[in-house]
Amino acid sequence: MSNPLVDMEKPDVIFCIGTNMTECHPVAATRLKKAVANGAKLIVADPRRIALAEMSDLYLPLRVGSDVALLLGMAHVIEREGLVDDAFMHERTAGFEEYLEHVRQFTPQWAESITGVPAADIEQAARWYGAAERGAIYYTLGITEHICGVDNVQSLCNLALMTGHIGREGTGINPMRGQNNIQGAGDAGAVPSNYPGFQAVDQPDNQAKFEKLYGRPMDAEKGITKVRALEGAGEHIFAMLIDGENTLVSDPDRKHCERALNALEHLVVIDIFLTETAELADVVFPATSWAETDGVSTNTERRIQRLRQAVPPPGQAKPDWWIISQIAQRLGFDGFEYSSAKDVFNELCSLSPIYAGLDWDRIEHGQYQWPVPHKDHPGTPILHQGEFKNGRGLFKVISYRDPAETISEEFPIWLTTGRRLQSYHTRTQTGRAQGIEYLLSEERLEIHPEDIASWGLKDGQWCRLSSARGSVEICVRATDRSPRGTVFASFSFNDVPINILTGSGYDPITETAELKVCPVRIEAL
Amino acid sequence: MIQKSTTLTIDGAEVAFTEGETLYEVAQRARRPIPTLCYDPRLEPFGSCRLCVVQVEGVRNPVASCTTPAAAGMVVHTSTEAIEHHRTTLLELVVSENRQVDVDPLRGYASQELTTLVDRYQARTGRFAGAQSGTSHSEDDNPFILRDYDLCISCNRCVRVCAEREGDYAIAAGGRGFQKQITTEFDSILKDSSCTFCGQCVQTCPTGALADKKALRAADIEEPIEKTRSVCPYCGVGCAVDLMTKGEQLVGIQPAMDGPANEGALCVKGQFAFDFVQHRDRLKQPLVRGVDGQLHETDWDTALDRAAEGFRQVADKHGRHAIYGVASGRTPSEADYCMQKFIRRGYGTHYIDNCSRA
Ligand code: SF4
Ligand code: SF4
Ligand code: FES
Repeated sequence: MSNPLVDMEKPDVIFCIGTNMTECHPVAATRLKKAVANGAKLIVADPRRIALAEMSDLYLPLRVGSDVALLLGMAHVIEREGLVDDAFMHERTAGFEEYLEHVRQFTPQWAESITGVPAADIEQAARWYGAAERGAIYYTLGITEHICGVDNVQSLCNLALMTGHIGREGTGINPMRGQNNIQGAGDAGAVPSNYPGFQAVDQPDNQAKFEKLYGRPMDAEKGITKVRALEGAGEHIFAMLIDGENTLVSDPDRKHCERALNALEHLVVIDIFLTETAELADVVFPATSWAETDGVSTNTERRIQRLRQAVPPPGQAKPDWWIISQIAQRLGFDGFEYSSAKDVFNELCSLSPIYAGLDWDRIEHGQYQWPVPHKDHPGTPILHQGEFKNGRGLFKVISYRDPAETISEEFPIWLTTGRRLQSYHTRTQTGRAQGIEYLLSEERLEIHPEDIASWGLKDGQWCRLSSARGSVEICVRATDRSPRGTVFASFSFNDVPINILTGSGYDPITETAELKVCPVRIEAL
Repeated sequence: MIQKSTTLTIDGAEVAFTEGETLYEVAQRARRPIPTLCYDPRLEPFGSCRLCVVQVEGVRNPVASCTTPAAAGMVVHTSTEAIEHHRTTLLELVVSENRQVDVDPLRGYASQELTTLVDRYQARTGRFAGAQSGTSHSEDDNPFILRDYDLCISCNRCVRVCAEREGDYAIAAGGRGFQKQITTEFDSILKDSSCTFCGQCVQTCPTGALADKKALRAADIEEPIEKTRSVCPYCGVGCAVDLMTKGEQLVGIQPAMDGPANEGALCVKGQFAFDFVQHRDRLKQPLVRGVDGQLHETDWDTALDRAAEGFRQVADKHGRHAIYGVASGRTPSEADYCMQKFIRRGYGTHYIDNCSRA
């Protein structure tokens, strides 16, 4: 997030797109509710009439996968009606002439023809956001889990740049991260493109720095993503070390993933349970879980907080850092002689510019949000104040593309996927917490009541849901949260493996899977 | 914004305040403790329990300090004999209306507030024979929240936290006086209301009338409760929590009222879905695949050697780009750091990713 969570109470116009915040980030949503109670206007764009939509002043029910078209239409109106922040664009951005020229083609009427959202509502949303004193954008996986995820994010950046809604209190572009420490995984360098602290691997000075630190030559090119690695399993990837991720159940294309893992010569899994993925491994290590380990995590607002051990681990379970370091040592890699999580974290701080002002003791009370470039620095709750990281904010010219697959005679219905409040990812955790089944015990396919009737189904009936990749059996639930022609299911339950269906395509840059859009067919059972 | 600052006098000391502060807030800063029951610093002041009254010179009746704005030149007494007597009587009345004053601290974060005050004011005199004010909802079979309204004192903290903090309006106060009841919109069980089981009402209740059912399962364990500050393991908001343990058992979670990301809030997962940690399915020993194709328990040395040997063989046979590391978005950053170092330091590649793509 460019701005801190407390800022969620400060905007006068809030634009939420592709985020089911009340279910996925409920505590953050309470802050939005407060802003709305204090008079902020809430615009919600989502294919489904989620709880946030019910609270909104303006709801934009766009067709799944049509976000870029909606955002182009809004940009058109902001430009046409003179709501651009000229001073901000001239002082702080680059590429705006070309961008403004580009958006002149995309009228709200054009956007309506693609998104299904009435042009008048697109105009209203654009006017509110464009004219706001403090406009803030919030989004989650509904924006990124598309073949055009990067385009979606960039389109949101364009909107913020043209209106100057960034780098100030109560504004910004704010992705809400899904997992407790997904931000920390990126911070720590567990990505193919960056060393720790987002130091790009293809920058020669970073390469030189790490060759010195790690005492060996390093590749000058980026690595490959997990998606590519799984594709290459058995061809050029032959061993994997997987930590704490139930890849098989959470992966966008399950069958493909199972084939890939089976094609490996060597698979080592570290986890707290014997997950479906661990069952395929050659070696499985028992890890300590939350509440059993000391450590650090970074939240969605870049706040670095300590995790503390409260209970002993079961049996012989060990911390993940210890397990990985032990394997490394047995392979003769040096630099893994850590005696505590503190040692590891302090090393991370020492070689990461965004953590340079931090160490284990300084983060005791969790008051720092990175970047913290030196010891006297108070941290950075709001990014891009005064200047962007690389100087100027760059506009990108973006055009709408259809999803990887669109509905057809064979698969005439849109399926979109997501998460539920009471469960979390693949339920290896919530599925083992007592009482959660009281609120949520099995997966349902959410269908609009009129579609249920016209497709010859009944509420509570089982059906077969099929895509180009496979089919699952699932029970039907009538709800007008789903729009006509679009159905919804979550991928939380292993007995309804929705990821057998999804996985039609990937964003060409991030290789994030298109989980939000999948044409399907439904047959009564 | 610079706020105008002026002074008033509290118990003989001159204290500066900023406009908009209440007498209670000023007294807090000046370290003049005032007892409260219906007050929660995160909520709009309500002014119903009258325990926080103070004497202001020139004003005939005592005023509730939690609702009275500070004004320049006020002379305030927080603890006169008359006021202390009034407080004792109030507490005696409250005690007379409740089935039980001493409750298990596992019930909730604020559950000891009433007990503590009753003890401080020695209010267990039995001077009044009161009628009970609330009716417990024992029929509500939800697994999380005990609704033991026999202990309710109608402070409305639960109703206010639900409306003001959670934004859910799941519960409301109906009736008046002894008939006053905390109910859901249709007097239903919570599951049939808009309740999300965030537990915030439980944590603010000063009497234990609303209680954490899951934590109470550990009521019979002898050991004392200890609290360890940590961060919730679920979404990316990063709510600060206190892990409650008895001996080696994790028995419950309470939100950190001063948590920078959550300020006392949690959701159903953070509040109640903690017991996966000590679940019987946890892996306790390393496993290796045997010649029979099955996974077998083994010791660390054997498993670590086997893991290392496999990577060595693959690297020898297929080269260093044949090995790939997948880090987790749920483990602490140290695990992610070690994973990327394993790949980079070990093989000089960037064949490393995390699960953010799934
Ligand atoms: S249930 Fe607890 S918090 Fe709610 S009104 Fe009664 S005593 Fe107050
Ligand atoms: S658990 Fe949360 S939502 Fe339910 S009544 Fe209590 S405060 Fe309201
Ligand atoms: S605390 Fe002031 S009236 Fe209750």
